[in-house]
Amino acid sequence: MAALEAGCRYYFGYPITPQSDIPEYLSRELPRLGGEFIQAESEIGAINMLLGASATGVRAMTSSSGPGISLKQEGISYMAGSELPGVIVDIMRAGPGLGGIDASQADYFQATRGGGHGGYRIIVLAPSSVQEMYDLTMLAFDLSDIYRMPAMVLADSVIGQMKESFTCNPRPKVALPDKPWAVRGRAEGEPQNIVKSLYLGDGEMEAFHWKMHARYQELADNECRWEETDTDDAELVVTAFGSTARIAMTAVAMARSEGIKAGLLRPVTLFPFPKKAYAALSERCKCFLDVELSTGQMIDDVRLSVARDTEVHFYGRPPGAGSLPTPEELLLQIKKHYRTCA
Amino acid sequence: MKNVFARPDSLKDVQTHFCPGCHHGSVHRLVAEALDEHDLRSRTIGVASVGCSVFLYGYFDVDVIESPHGRAPAVATGAKRARPDRIVFTYQGDGDLAAIGTSEIIHAANRGEDITVIFVNNTTYGMTGGQMAPTTLPGQKTSTSPYGRDTSKDGAPFRMAELLSHLDGVAYSARVAVNSPRNVLQAKKIISTAFRYQVEKKGFAFIEVLASCPTNWGMKPLEANQRVADEMIPYFPLGVYRNTANL
Repeated sequence: MAALEAGCRYYFGYPITPQSDIPEYLSRELPRLGGEFIQAESEIGAINMLLGASATGVRAMTSSSGPGISLKQEGISYMAGSELPGVIVDIMRAGPGLGGIDASQADYFQATRGGGHGGYRIIVLAPSSVQEMYDLTMLAFDLSDIYRMPAMVLADSVIGQMKESFTCNPRPKVALPDKPWAVRGRAEGEPQNIVKSLYLGDGEMEAFHWKMHARYQELADNECRWEETDTDDAELVVTAFGSTARIAMTAVAMARSEGIKAGLLRPVTLFPFPKKAYAALSERCKCFLDVELSTGQMIDDVRLSVARDTEVHFYGRPPGAGSLPTPEELLLQIKKHYRTCA
Repeated sequence: MKNVFARPDSLKDVQTHFCPGCHHGSVHRLVAEALDEHDLRSRTIGVASVGCSVFLYGYFDVDVIESPHGRAPAVATGAKRARPDRIVFTYQGDGDLAAIGTSEIIHAANRGEDITVIFVNNTTYGMTGGQMAPTTLPGQKTSTSPYGRDTSKDGAPFRMAELLSHLDGVAYSARVAVNSPRNVLQAKKIISTAFRYQVEKKGFAFIEVLASCPTNWGMKPLEANQRVADEMIPYFPLGVYRNTANL
């Protein structure tokens, strides 16, 4: 629904649990709106259809989950190399391999480090509610167009399958750039447009990398988003994203009711990672507790962001059936570390 | 003075990187002539593949998207669905289309995507240095089949024009060659028909062009040209394998 509100009329995808609700919905809605829905022959086919549609300047998207996202990495790398926008929704499932369909956050590295070959990054947004699935999907289209790079909405199967009320906020009014680079057929007097990622000239490839490096920096300066709860006087700051942050929020409230000065820092953008928020908080609080549905991936970014001597504790539940922690379980972790660091 | 032979408007006035005797130049020209003939240059989107054909954007004066290896039909699908009023063609070699890209070509053809596919079959991977391709002929020696293609282990060469002609989504499937004036004229007619079908929204058109690769075949240009006639055409017969206008 958010994609349609954002003006996306082209979807290319392949069935995979736990994200098949997206193609099922869009296969019904897009034809009514004059759009195009293609169930592609493969994940690779789907991402390349997205590449082709985006190259002509339209808003388009695909969606998948772990095994499918792995297959799409070739296309995502080409899109990044060709400076093409495009939205990819990734509803993470357990892995590696076929893994399972339970909630996982173990594709944090795959998403935030680029995932494919060649050295690139993509925008990664991490919703923790149905409302945010809606709002951040629209934001993904805008950021992707503005910064000319693929944007990913990274959720897990809990968020992806969640049913809760939300408001269909109207599309935000954002100044969007024209797309003079788009391939639409070279009309008389217009320059030839080429969408490509091959750079063979002396220094061309190196210049491309430095240009993108500067763009990633611009993204970090302007687009970091995060949410803080009870952090003003917090001595222990829990940090988590997506569904884990929802559980952590309850655990922090329980801790507060027992007089424990705990707070929550939830990154909304995983790339760019809100480093400054961590750095600022680490000057005030005594320690962090990073919680993830993995053996620890985001914690690398947390450690790189906080002040040098800040303690960062970790509580991880690798993905799989029954691995979702309860608020009570997290409260125990909060108490354990609060005692030693406060 | 009457000008009887000129560069097509759809081709840029630049030197190509192709080796002496390579047929890519002739195929480029025939495609450009078809675009000119139907007045399509200003509304055409070319999709380049990986291999010697990647530099399509350097020679054609049309907008071009460069595709990952083998994925050109999927990229073209996305472009055509987003811009149905544009003419979209892919230009792919045999390694690209008939090996790593088999899934994309077969499904684009089966969906009947309204695109034109130019498939240049020279029985080898040109750019990477002459390795065995899915179209390498039985017994043919390449850098990865030093004892000759052994069909008991490597399978037999794909005949793509015939294979695709069995799919309902295909409007037109043909094989041509450019090794003689007679074949060039026939190829020109068939390539022109393929683009006309797209203008008329008839559906998927596939043109396989038998081409030489003197460098990787280790032959002089004239010998390579002769090999097309002596070895390739007997295995890959020329002709129109499917034409929905005749159904």
